[in-house]
Amino acid sequence: MADGTNVPVGGLAAASPKGRKTAMQKFAQRRSTTGFLLCLPLILLVACFVVYPAFYAIYLSMLNKKMTAFVGLGNFQFLLKRHTFQLVIFQSCLFAITAVVLKALLGFTLAHLMHNIPGKNQKIWRGLLLVPWVIPLALSTLTWWWMFDPSYSAFNWVLNQFGFANVPWLGVGWIARFCTIAVNVWYGTPFFMIMYLAALKSVPEQLYEASAIDGANAVQKLFFVTLPMMRNIISITVLFSLITTFADFDIVRILTAGGPQDMTHVFATYAFQVGIQSGDIPLGAADSLFMFPILAFAAFFVLRGVTKRTKEIAA
Amino acid sequence: MSASVADRRNAIAAKRGNSLRNQRLWALWGSYIALGIFVVMFLVPPFYTLMTSLKSSAEISAQVGSPWLVRHPTLENFWYLITYPNFQRYYLNSVIVTILTVSVSMVISVLAAFSLSRMGFWGSQTLSTSVFLTYLVPPSLLFIPLFQIIGQLGLINNFWCLVILYPTLAVPFCTWIMIGYFSSIPKELDEAALIDGAGYLQMLWKIFIPVAMPGIIAATIFAFTVSWGAFLYPLAYLYTSNQMVLTVGIISDLIRGDVFQWGKIMAACLLASLPPIVIYAFLMDYYVAGLTAGATKG
Repeated sequence: MADGTNVPVGGLAAASPKGRKTAMQKFAQRRSTTGFLLCLPLILLVACFVVYPAFYAIYLSMLNKKMTAFVGLGNFQFLLKRHTFQLVIFQSCLFAITAVVLKALLGFTLAHLMHNIPGKNQKIWRGLLLVPWVIPLALSTLTWWWMFDPSYSAFNWVLNQFGFANVPWLGVGWIARFCTIAVNVWYGTPFFMIMYLAALKSVPEQLYEASAIDGANAVQKLFFVTLPMMRNIISITVLFSLITTFADFDIVRILTAGGPQDMTHVFATYAFQVGIQSGDIPLGAADSLFMFPILAFAAFFVLRGVTKRTKEIAA
Repeated sequence: MSASVADRRNAIAAKRGNSLRNQRLWALWGSYIALGIFVVMFLVPPFYTLMTSLKSSAEISAQVGSPWLVRHPTLENFWYLITYPNFQRYYLNSVIVTILTVSVSMVISVLAAFSLSRMGFWGSQTLSTSVFLTYLVPPSLLFIPLFQIIGQLGLINNFWCLVILYPTLAVPFCTWIMIGYFSSIPKELDEAALIDGAGYLQMLWKIFIPVAMPGIIAATIFAFTVSWGAFLYPLAYLYTSNQMVLTVGIISDLIRGDVFQWGKIMAACLLASLPPIVIYAFLMDYYVAGLTAGATKG
């Protein structure tokens, strides 16, 4: 009887550290298995419809038009030599850089103006200012198209009232380029405004008080307090916007469909015209792929700067 | 003597205080005026949409007087669209696609965010980073290979292909927002739940989702925005009117060759923008909070 009780106790005592360890291990293992299973839908979705298409695009871009023969980098060479494509590269960069700079400046101004007015009124003003960003872009661009209409358009009527002649808004290359940029700025500025407003609110008030005691004026406060504190959010917002603007499709497609004389084509609309409308899938794929290194380059540098600064703040 | 000095000092202080207050007041009014100008500029296109949608085709084609005003307001454009079977079809398709996309995206991203914020497994760090990088992939980068893939799946000209493809645009950012909200929930809460014998799914359902409701709302609105307003995928993959969604339906149906029925197009734009406007009017705060929190964390 005494032996009988002793043995299991001794056995338990000997076995318990091992037993507990395996239980812990089992728990950890089960935890990570569950974790992996919960991520599985996401992994499958991204693998099937983002990663696989990306590699498939590289493969497609190296085929000939009928997709029967391998041509290596022939499509890329062909595109680079083509005058239309050189225009596309120029216009994409012009469109993205001009629009993002304008949006950033206007958004910054608006955020400052909003920051000046008392909090309870901010909500109404913010609601009004966010309207361009709330309406689906494809639909609001239709309105812009109608306002740019050459014969009886809203803008030309106003110009006529002041004694100016009609402007062929979408009919002349550089004016059409300006119009696409203007619509993009109209659509994207509210996004910058809310991002910057959130950043402005996160700057501690003590910093401004300290700089005021040191005799800093408004401009110095802006450059030595506000901007350094906002640098991370500015770079992230600019990166997001740069990518979506660079890859923009809706505005150019609806407003000009690339014309006049292919002067407003950007990568996305040109890829659509070549790949889907003319049926040259490999050439379209090659055209889209030109965006990738540019975007990856921008993303790499911005994100590296952001993580570096985050580490500095944490340290 | 001393009293007069004190008086003078007070007077100077009052004057200075006054000028500071005046300065503040001027800054305030200046801000209001500048904001007012911006609001007017921003609201010109929606206003013009509304004006045009209230005009009859005769009034638009007459081309007399100011195009900014409507002389004989009529609802005939709206009535035409509401009773137009194709337009009803587009609306219905948009609603179906959006509801399915939002549900699929939210299930995928909430599960993934729960796992990535709480259960470290081999490669979970890399996975969170790649989720963020996936968000940076724009739709126009991959639509041509996807055209081929959708074709191989037999889903060209079938709006179900949008239900498969839209989540790829919505899920990365929704997951990113949700990771942020879930990570801010104190670990003690899930320890307490585990001690009480809750399983992981119970923990997610009973603790994480209720506590992170603002984040769920923000992510849902993002998924809704993506799938309601997307234009490139439906334009590239759908071509008959029984499969089209609103964004492409309006453009391909109401614009026939060189005939622009602007009144009807503008009315259709208004009707199609109504759901986002209503949703944003009520839930804007959550969305802005989620959006800015996501970016500041990045």
